Amino acid sequence: MAISTNHATSLPKTCLPSFTALKVPSKPKNIHLGRPGFKRSSISCNVTEQISTVCNMNGRENDFTTLQRPDSVGRFGQFGGKYVPETLLPALTELEQAFHSLADDEDFQKELGGILRDYVGRESPLYFAERLTEHYRRPNGEGPHLYLKREDLNHTGSHKINNAIGQVLLAKRLGKKRIIAETGAGQHGVATATVCARFGLQCVVYMGAQDMERQALNVFRMRLLGAEVRGVHSGTATLKDATSESIRDWVSNVESTHYILGSVAGPHPYPMMVREFHAVIGKETRRQAMEKWGGKPDVLLACVGGGSNAMGLFHEFVGDSDVRLVGVEAAGHGLDSSKHAATLTLGEVGVLHGAMSYLLQDDEGQIIEPHSISAGLDYPGVGLEHSFLKEKGRAEYHSATDEEALEAFKRVSRLEGIIPALETSHALAYLEKLCPSLPDKTKVVVSCSGRGDKDVHTAIKHLQV
Amino acid sequence: MAIAFKSQIPTFFQLKKNTEAHSFLRFPSQRLAVPVGRRFTPMAALSTAPTVGLSETFKRLKNQGKVALIPYITAGDPDLSTTAEALKVLDSCGSDIIELGVPYSDPLADGPVIQAAATRSLARGTNFNAIISMLKEVVPQLSSPIALFSYYNPILKRGVEKFMFTIKDVGVQGLVVPDVPLEETEILRKEATKNGIELVLLTTPTTPIDRMKAIVEAAEGFVYLVSSVGVTGARASVSDRVQTLLQEIKEATTKPVAVGFGISNPEHVKQVAGWGADGVIVGSAMVKVLAEAKSPEEGLKELETFTKSLKAALD
Repeated sequence: MAISTNHATSLPKTCLPSFTALKVPSKPKNIHLGRPGFKRSSISCNVTEQISTVCNMNGRENDFTTLQRPDSVGRFGQFGGKYVPETLLPALTELEQAFHSLADDEDFQKELGGILRDYVGRESPLYFAERLTEHYRRPNGEGPHLYLKREDLNHTGSHKINNAIGQVLLAKRLGKKRIIAETGAGQHGVATATVCARFGLQCVVYMGAQDMERQALNVFRMRLLGAEVRGVHSGTATLKDATSESIRDWVSNVESTHYILGSVAGPHPYPMMVREFHAVIGKETRRQAMEKWGGKPDVLLACVGGGSNAMGLFHEFVGDSDVRLVGVEAAGHGLDSSKHAATLTLGEVGVLHGAMSYLLQDDEGQIIEPHSISAGLDYPGVGLEHSFLKEKGRAEYHSATDEEALEAFKRVSRLEGIIPALETSHALAYLEKLCPSLPDKTKVVVSCSGRGDKDVHTAIKHLQV
Repeated sequence: MAIAFKSQIPTFFQLKKNTEAHSFLRFPSQRLAVPVGRRFTPMAALSTAPTVGLSETFKRLKNQGKVALIPYITAGDPDLSTTAEALKVLDSCGSDIIELGVPYSDPLADGPVIQAAATRSLARGTNFNAIISMLKEVVPQLSSPIALFSYYNPILKRGVEKFMFTIKDVGVQGLVVPDVPLEETEILRKEATKNGIELVLLTTPTTPIDRMKAIVEAAEGFVYLVSSVGVTGARASVSDRVQTLLQEIKEATTKPVAVGFGISNPEHVKQVAGWGADGVIVGSAMVKVLAEAKSPEEGLKELETFTKSLKAALD
């Protein structure tokens, strides 16, 4: 198997995060301001004027090569939006404008590329999983070829750093001195604490009290890195409550503080920004696939909690209709139990943490506490672009139970000498269902979103090794 | 209300011939349509819900040279029957409009006091239908109009149209939805207007002037000026930015402006009224009075005392 030796000192241009996709629309005019007699109905006229592509879309609604994701008001179909207290609106506009101006900023691109290369350790390898492939080979010798995109090898041990780096550079541009973040498993919290240490910014991480217990190692790491970790005891004391508390902190400190949201959820422009900062995953994969087998992946497989690693891998290929996109959520104790986090399978459309998306709610519209053995997937919402891709039929979403994830955790450790994060293990678990139906030599790329060292305490409780 | 009696009208009118029939005798050829409005009082409801909305209330107060006192409490904390009594207490102690919060699992705009009230209320099993039943009983006994304070997801879950219809049906006059900014309010405003609900909009110290102007133009009932950059919760003092913000808003609109967040004692109330506010909203401080009382009964007594002290600051 060809081993990628491309560790040149300068990243090929294609792998530098580039925001060319966002050039249409370019700097979004704040179409709601400065218009006397502003009427909401004028917005659809503005969209029509500015984005002729959208207008011409009627027959080509599912043409993902030209579809604007998001549209000029930050929506993906019905999903998205900015459902936050009014106090945050100017900050969101400022963020969006700053982000778009970076698309043309060569210095920023260079700085980001340099940090991703020398500090984060990109590009991450696309690794041919020989023994895992053998494991799924059928008796007649046929079977898919499995590759792991090694985001677990990044500095801090997961894909989360891609977004944290991008956003901290953005925050510095905006002159913010204080950073806040929410965290579930602790990986995003650690990534945020890491970049704050690297760039000398004050860091506060909100974490559900329950999560702090099950991911104690990460709590220690964050504190060691100089961050203040604030336990959230309200509500269910998990990720959703940490997110709510982060939003409240941001509402109260918006002028001095930047909120590094950790996934492709939240109010616009976050889902788009976070996706763009992770898009390097998919861009590298395209080039690496071409190098290794002279083609594209056939199937992309990733776990979905909020959905950032999945969007990072998928985004590059959304316009390639011959590439199958598969997301795997947490089924917890099973889809027919009340203890799961399978938002796209069992949720309904609603508004949570600033965005309209699928979410797990009760009959009253109260957000319910999900469950997953993995803290990072234990979120009752889901990235709105995933909701959109599901609705459009562009991506398919399945789930794996705690037990299946634990089995995969063990299996991949034994077969490849790679201990995957429990979150990642959900995607790896789905291979059991996926592989038997795949034609011979199908190229499957699995996003190996994180390493499992942080999960050994949980695993010890459940596994006999 | 009146509609339920449609089929019985001919008989009813025959009985009432001597008193109300004159309005029909004048137009004998006119079909006996269901009369809507104040003159026809269905027998079942002996007192009608206040038909005076939020804007009307402010108009009346302005003519009297008065500033509105607008307390807020969370429904179901400590329980719905206490809430029912609390509404009556607030009404009788000088409130002009009453805001009632619908408890929600993830209240983004609320500080610890109201968050805790929502959690307690939900833990007790408070749900929307129960709140509506309570309001159905209590609203006819109040003279102050009620505005509900609800986050968006519970409204969406029910269906915006159904939500508006349901709350109007029990006499609610206004609605505040703190997590829906102007650009997302289209559907809310459409359904609110259809059902005669006034949709209050919020503006804040971070809102640029142009945006503020767009907000105040669309606001109904009153403009809610958030006094500080933050969530609900008592503060030691009210920022004097409020004075400038009030002036800016009043240059942009003649609609009434009420100030909320952080106002927690008579001094604050007096100060904000002195700066030109048309109304003063007191939330967390009210909720705290009920929450910290030794018993619901004591809580209601203390609520009475507190409300009277706030009212006195406006006289």
